[in-house]
Amino acid sequence: MTNHIVDLKNTDCALIMGSNAAENHPISMRWLLRAREQRNAKIIHVDPRYTRTSARADIYAPLRSGTDIAFLGGMIKYIIDNEKYHKDYVLAYTNASFLVKDEYGFEDGLFSGYDPEKRSYDVSSWDYQYDENGLPIKDPTLQHPRCVFQLLKQHYERYDIDTVCQITGTPKKKYLEVLEAFSATGAPDKTGTIMYAMGITQHTVGSQNVRAFAIVQLLLGNMGRPGGGVNALRGENNVQGATDMALLFHIIPGYIDSPTNGADNKDLLAYIRKATPGAAKLQFNSLEEFRQLVAAGFPNSGFKINTSKWMVSLLKAWWGDAANAENDFAYHYMPKRDANKNYSHIALFEAMHRGEIDGLFVNGTNPVVGGPNANKEQEALSKLKWMVSIDLWLNETADFWTYPAWQRPVENENVPKLAANDIQTEVFFLPAAAVYEKEGTASQTGRWVQYRWQGADPVGESKADLWIYNELGKRIKSLYAGSSKPEDEPITQLAWNYDDEHGHDDIMKVAAELCGFNVADGLPVEGFANLKDDGSTACGCWVYCGAMTYKDGKVIYKPQLRDNKDNSKEGLGLFSNWAWAWPVNRRIVYNRCSISPDGVTPWPGDEKRVLIRWDEAAGSWVGDDVCDTGKTSPPEKAMPFIMRPEGMGCIFATKTSMKDGPFPEHYEPWESPTANTMNKQNLNPATKVWEPDKQGTPDKYPIIATTYRVVEHWQTGALTRNLPWLAELMPDMMVEISEELAREKGIKNGRKVIVSTTRGDIEAVACVTKRFKPFNIHGKQIHEIGLLWHYGFKGFATGDPANRLTPHVGCANTMIPEYKAFLCDVRRA
Amino acid sequence: MANLTNLYDVSKCTACRGCMVACKDWNQLPAVIEPFKGNYDTHGGDTNGDTFTVVRFIEGEDPVDGVFWNFLKYQCMHCFYPACMKVCPQGAYSKTEWGATFHDPEKCIGCQYCTYACPFMIPKYRKREDKISKCTLCVDRVEEGLTPACARTCPTGALKFGDREELLAEAEERVKFLQANGFPRATIYGRVELGGLNKLYVLTDSPDKFGLPVDPKVPGQISFWQNWVQPYFGWLIPVALAGSAVSFVTTRILANKNGDHTEGGHE
Repeated sequence: MTNHIVDLKNTDCALIMGSNAAENHPISMRWLLRAREQRNAKIIHVDPRYTRTSARADIYAPLRSGTDIAFLGGMIKYIIDNEKYHKDYVLAYTNASFLVKDEYGFEDGLFSGYDPEKRSYDVSSWDYQYDENGLPIKDPTLQHPRCVFQLLKQHYERYDIDTVCQITGTPKKKYLEVLEAFSATGAPDKTGTIMYAMGITQHTVGSQNVRAFAIVQLLLGNMGRPGGGVNALRGENNVQGATDMALLFHIIPGYIDSPTNGADNKDLLAYIRKATPGAAKLQFNSLEEFRQLVAAGFPNSGFKINTSKWMVSLLKAWWGDAANAENDFAYHYMPKRDANKNYSHIALFEAMHRGEIDGLFVNGTNPVVGGPNANKEQEALSKLKWMVSIDLWLNETADFWTYPAWQRPVENENVPKLAANDIQTEVFFLPAAAVYEKEGTASQTGRWVQYRWQGADPVGESKADLWIYNELGKRIKSLYAGSSKPEDEPITQLAWNYDDEHGHDDIMKVAAELCGFNVADGLPVEGFANLKDDGSTACGCWVYCGAMTYKDGKVIYKPQLRDNKDNSKEGLGLFSNWAWAWPVNRRIVYNRCSISPDGVTPWPGDEKRVLIRWDEAAGSWVGDDVCDTGKTSPPEKAMPFIMRPEGMGCIFATKTSMKDGPFPEHYEPWESPTANTMNKQNLNPATKVWEPDKQGTPDKYPIIATTYRVVEHWQTGALTRNLPWLAELMPDMMVEISEELAREKGIKNGRKVIVSTTRGDIEAVACVTKRFKPFNIHGKQIHEIGLLWHYGFKGFATGDPANRLTPHVGCANTMIPEYKAFLCDVRRA
Repeated sequence: MANLTNLYDVSKCTACRGCMVACKDWNQLPAVIEPFKGNYDTHGGDTNGDTFTVVRFIEGEDPVDGVFWNFLKYQCMHCFYPACMKVCPQGAYSKTEWGATFHDPEKCIGCQYCTYACPFMIPKYRKREDKISKCTLCVDRVEEGLTPACARTCPTGALKFGDREELLAEAEERVKFLQANGFPRATIYGRVELGGLNKLYVLTDSPDKFGLPVDPKVPGQISFWQNWVQPYFGWLIPVALAGSAVSFVTTRILANKNGDHTEGGHE
């Protein structure tokens, strides 16, 4: 979230899209309903199905799964055509006025630079025009035909209301209600929030869906202001923390680009040149020379000008004394990924299926239930030599080799069926302690890092993850102890010191490393501005730097702070002394935008939602929140989006920001019941297709299927299906079907049905409901059904996993699987 | 002592059913896992011996407003004048001084009069113990200064616990707000029904849209029982015995004298 959960109470209008917030983020509704109670805020819910969130919304608008960009593109057009945008904001805080290179273009659904062979773009034309000083050229009148604003207007010219409704299936009246209600937040004294989750991201255009949100919010002036923002509701406990710690293949902790095996990453200096924006064209031959350039500042760099400090401090944290100026701070120890390879979930399982992977650690995930094309992924596990499963229960993945794991409701020769004695994978199971049986931090969706103390002792022999991985680290190191081979140095030299004086793992030592310390005295680094690239500081995750502080002879770990008094004068619910939020305890990012460009005058009519203001006498920014701009930069120089090279909110995404275009464009899901009428491309042209032969077509599979969760269960259900009280509330795998489709297929409520795709078949109980309605798409009635995500063959509540049906195809940028829109057929069991 | 009560505001309920789980947890009630029947209402929308509170899901379609999905937390209403208490021959029911209707299983004989007397059919028979069970308004928590488990766990603030007068004032404000903001039929339930319930509801529509009786009534026979039979129960016994004796004398002895032998003839 750019804002945070409590901040939802400050909004005037919430657009919930691709999220069933009431069910999957119940606490968000506490604050949103307060906004309605206290500010008469409007709640809009856009979703294929009427859910428990819709029941609490003022406006519910249905849309066909996978058509969010059409819906939002129409909103962008409506905002521009009706001049609903926040003009001063757009001019001062976004790149609307920037001129774009003449080479940039868009035709027939393709942006300039497309290579059909590689299914990828050369992004060099997606850039600004620069003046002789290397600075972007702007047109403050927004009239220049090459300025971002005019290009935006031109791009969405095609997204008129009728065309949009033909694609999305949204009744026109409802669509207009949504447009009117949400675009009203473009008024300077109003803010609107967008809440989204997996319904937005789990598409082949997932990242572009979020980009469309960003454009809407920038146009309406809703970023960086209380009650505004683009708010990703992170579903799993600590999933925010997991991404902060780089549980992703393309980054290292703190969202730094991970090094590759390419020539442009061959040594530390090359890496810095590549990873630091604006550094490519500079002349420097040593880190010292680069440091001087950084100190003087160079154009188009933004706050990422400090990348070398984060990287060197990370190397110091990982290799300690073995990382020094003479050996490139041990950069050569760091594993380099193949620049041309993808290591996301689908890619890993494809490689595993080809037999390229020997071993697998599975923890906190259950791919036999939760992986896309789960039949294939289950078969892939059988090709491993060994697998270590770390979980609270023997879940479906740990037991993938057993008899019930291979039972299917119907015989299907395309679906793998193995017996236990066909499977040679050696499976190890390590029982894990549950979240309340151990201590440590969890970073929640609003970036608040909260410490939790242990509430109960672990059951039996189960252990905390830290114990398991600390032991693993120590034992691997002891295996290599004494080796003098240079290739073993990354392990022999690894700094692995997480034990206390009694030889037990000490979580505060991990925290100290993540938050950063001065190498000389071991005391905390007070904020990432103090990180250095000369080896004097070590920091495992620069965005967490500052969470630990040294005061009056004591180390204070701020995630442990528990002051539940709201520090903000106007009751904005910042609670700045409750836990700690990254970065630097900033509760609302981009908060420079909460005040008008002069830094002194509040947005007209919105005096109460100012987060920071410029204090001329003090020569710095002051306010209730930590300022998200140079603390002493005067208003005319204080950039609102400091992580961007140009310092502005990007209506036009430049260069490598996105793989599939500077503007979001509507493409159909990989499996769609209709051709794309918005342009000539059906599928996102930059999406990788893994299994072309598995693409279902509407003649055989005419019904759209989507997947989702319910409040009673959590993810793959390993936790919740093993709790009788929750199993009681949602006891079986079910599929929600409209009354119209049920009539057509002769399906009775509460009876079993078979749902099939090219990947397999599942059995489920039919829940025939008025809450699903067929869509009218280009004059044709199209049905959609919804499948619960949670079930497997273990626990008290069992059922077939919906993911046996989902495809191996994902977002062009992130590779998140397209779980939310695919084609199926359904029949009585 | 002022009445302590729950205020349940349906306009804030997201039907997460956390209240149901918290209730089972606190009262250590077993899960009864039954197959999914095609509706989110797992317990048929009603309480049972092992389920003191349920959330009802009422799905419908309005010609003007389109599809709706109403949720209602349903449990013992802790009536000011509880019919269950009036009919219980064992005196197993009592009112706490703060308004809870308390059922004492020690005294209960499982006759189920209370189930049929209750206008909401709330007290439920638990076969394995041959006793009735129902919501206690967490009397064991409240008397220790805690909030009932259901209200304690509610994430959205739909369910509150506190002084009835204060909550009633809040309910009135909410209804006014809702009536002015898209719910013209919003109403309070529990203020006057049956002379007052110690559970207050803010409803966004008329009670029947939530499966609640619009004008709940205690069955007529119960009024007769409570007003005439029970108060005079003491002298009714000798009267009844006397009646039996008279009947015996008149039907057996006097009839015999008349030589009217119709019974047990074995001649």
